[in-house]
Amino acid sequence: MMPATLRTPQILTIAVIFAIATLLPLGVSGYVLGLLTVAYYFGVFSMAWDLLFGFANEVNFGPTFLVGLGAYTAGILDNRYGLPIPVCVALGTLAAVVGGVVLALPALRMSGPYFGLTTLVAVLLLQNLVIVFAGLTGGEIGLTVPDVISISGPVNYWIALAFMVASGSVLYVLSRSAAGLILQASGQDRIQAGALGFNVVKHKLFAFFVSALFSGLAGALLVFYLGTASVGTLIDITVGVQIIIAAILGGRRTIIGAAIGAIFLIAMAEALRSTGELATFIVSAIALLVVMLFPNGFMGMLSRRHR
Amino acid sequence: MNEARQALVEVRGLTKKFGGLVAVNQLDFSLRPGEILGLIGPNGSGKSTALKLVMGIEHPSKGSVLLDGVEAAGLPAHRIARMGVGLVFQHSRPLERQTVHENIMLGLLPDSLIKLRISKHIRERARDIAAQVGLEAVLERRPSTLPFADLRRLELAKAIARDPRIILIDEPFAGLTMAEAAVFSDLFAGFRRNGKAVLLVDHNVKSVAALVDRVIALYLGEKIAEGSAAEVMADETVRRVYLGGSIETAARPESSFADRETPLLDVRDLSVFYNKAQALEKVSLHVHRREFVSVIGINGAGKTTLFNAISGLLPYQGNILWQGAPLARVSPARIVRSGVVQCTETRDLFGEMSVRENLDMGGQHQSKAMADDRLAWLFDLFPILKSRQRQHAATLSGGEQQMLAIARALMTNPRLLILDEPTMGLAPIVLEQLSKALETLRQTTEITVLLGEQNVTFALPHADRVYVLDHARITWEGGPDRFAREAGSGYL
Repeated sequence: MMPATLRTPQILTIAVIFAIATLLPLGVSGYVLGLLTVAYYFGVFSMAWDLLFGFANEVNFGPTFLVGLGAYTAGILDNRYGLPIPVCVALGTLAAVVGGVVLALPALRMSGPYFGLTTLVAVLLLQNLVIVFAGLTGGEIGLTVPDVISISGPVNYWIALAFMVASGSVLYVLSRSAAGLILQASGQDRIQAGALGFNVVKHKLFAFFVSALFSGLAGALLVFYLGTASVGTLIDITVGVQIIIAAILGGRRTIIGAAIGAIFLIAMAEALRSTGELATFIVSAIALLVVMLFPNGFMGMLSRRHR
Repeated sequence: MNEARQALVEVRGLTKKFGGLVAVNQLDFSLRPGEILGLIGPNGSGKSTALKLVMGIEHPSKGSVLLDGVEAAGLPAHRIARMGVGLVFQHSRPLERQTVHENIMLGLLPDSLIKLRISKHIRERARDIAAQVGLEAVLERRPSTLPFADLRRLELAKAIARDPRIILIDEPFAGLTMAEAAVFSDLFAGFRRNGKAVLLVDHNVKSVAALVDRVIALYLGEKIAEGSAAEVMADETVRRVYLGGSIETAARPESSFADRETPLLDVRDLSVFYNKAQALEKVSLHVHRREFVSVIGINGAGKTTLFNAISGLLPYQGNILWQGAPLARVSPARIVRSGVVQCTETRDLFGEMSVRENLDMGGQHQSKAMADDRLAWLFDLFPILKSRQRQHAATLSGGEQQMLAIARALMTNPRLLILDEPTMGLAPIVLEQLSKALETLRQTTEITVLLGEQNVTFALPHADRVYVLDHARITWEGGPDRFAREAGSGYL
């Protein structure tokens, strides 16, 4: 493979971290486990976002559009029709992919900032749809999802962990592959990529497809952990901003960094809970500092020390 | 050359319009295997647009591009690339996080979404291509660490990776030293030996004369000459476009200006670097109050750099004195307010604003009465702007845009007006109008003008003094009457 792939010491580090994470339910409280479970799903949201921003060079201001489509589709199917969970999850993912592609297809043909703006509008649209069709979606009160994947905290945790590791591996390998190289070239200079014989729209659309797939899947799984779906936790613009900050904090173009950033954000918010209202401010200030001092995020800090 | 062989590229009636501007008009040419064709023309002549039309980066408004007999006009670039066309870009933007080797491999990858592994064959092929263009020693380095010539080699390597039959090269020797240019010449000659069809696009014949089999000269989007390099250089129209015909000058002697001791603008030993490349080397020049000074230089000579340094937009070494006081630590905005106003090469109009709004922007710092006075005066100078007041600036023709840019600069009531290539891409009739306006300025106002041009015909008639800027240095200074005799031969 390419030199950019992981070297042995890095693989060892990851294996150790994974082992510790796997054994964590033996040592920490159910409350912490619950937080981490949510953090892992957010990690997937952020990693899927980094594929678009870091590699396709498209800023998707609406990651929660994809997440929300997956989550609400799965949740509604369960709540209304009582379909089995795997079917709900599969159809939720499908909804996110279809919605994402329908959104991206016209937007990607435009140049300039229009792609980003389109995605921003899409979130508002979805948010309003949820509120308007309150009878179906639960509106502002939220949607109750009667089934859960498991009632055991550790099982939910392990599922989330395995899902994040699997998603991260797929996204990472894809980003470092031949197709990922073409995607990066398309993102950096679409004219030159075209002149080299690459269909830029096709590659960017595929990136959007993959990003939507993982976002929708993670969203659908998350509702079956939470047991509820609400605009405030899954669709609201501020949730999207969290996902974006996590990816940038972790390090653009690294995939793995995005997951680290998401876990960091949720952990920080929890650690600062005692400061009350101030917590959000402090976390934001830290994020701002990291982005200004280390534009390449946590992963950038690490790799600088290595080289 | 083998006349009997079918042309690989056959361009007929190729036309491209951007709004009201006709960038390429009814262009015909053909290119055979084993032939190197030079496509030359001054700035704005449409040569780069023609190149983009063949590659499919721009789509023609009319006309046909046959590649080996197959119609390619209107196809997207990636389809045209797969028909066997490669383009060597002038400005390189390689993938910075990848190595040279990976950058070359990129050019070899199939356009596939599911291909994850880079095959051994591709790795080896990339190595071969690197060796072919002289990059084998830097294979594992990142592009940002490479010298300029190697970045050009990398562009070349990517473009030839798919083994195209037709190779388009934009400004093949820009920024290269003589020795490097010779190496690249050999590479291009090698393409010819291998039966490729090569199109070189450049500003003047001289730079490609030794290499090309044939030259086509463009001016204002139209073909004005075709033939061997020597024939094109001897062509009357080409000489007129590049050098101008007989010129009447009306220079005032330098001794006639009042501020001989402390010139209005005094540039001393100005040097500017862009990273490693030196854009200006100890340039000294001065401009007196009310004087009209022209700086003549071809593209890349350093004119824009010089003007940007004066406007305070670039860090530099040396001194720039304005009325005897240094400008080094003065902000660009304060330099403008002190009366040094530049009309940039790119015009920098507010395209979405109307003509009138653009002009009002220029009059922001004046009282309403003064601004109204100036506006009336400017509408006298450029009557066409008066009738176009409500139109968006972006919808004006090239000539009208240039007039608006100059008018907007004049709205600020400058003491020194810097004009950077105002003639770029303009039709002769428009040049005449501009020329008249400049003469009016010179005769009826106190304004001082510093003009940068590669169009000698336009630069000489109004000039009191002329400087020649060549490869970052001032190589000649004198009156316009002496220019054609002493310095003209370098401009074909």
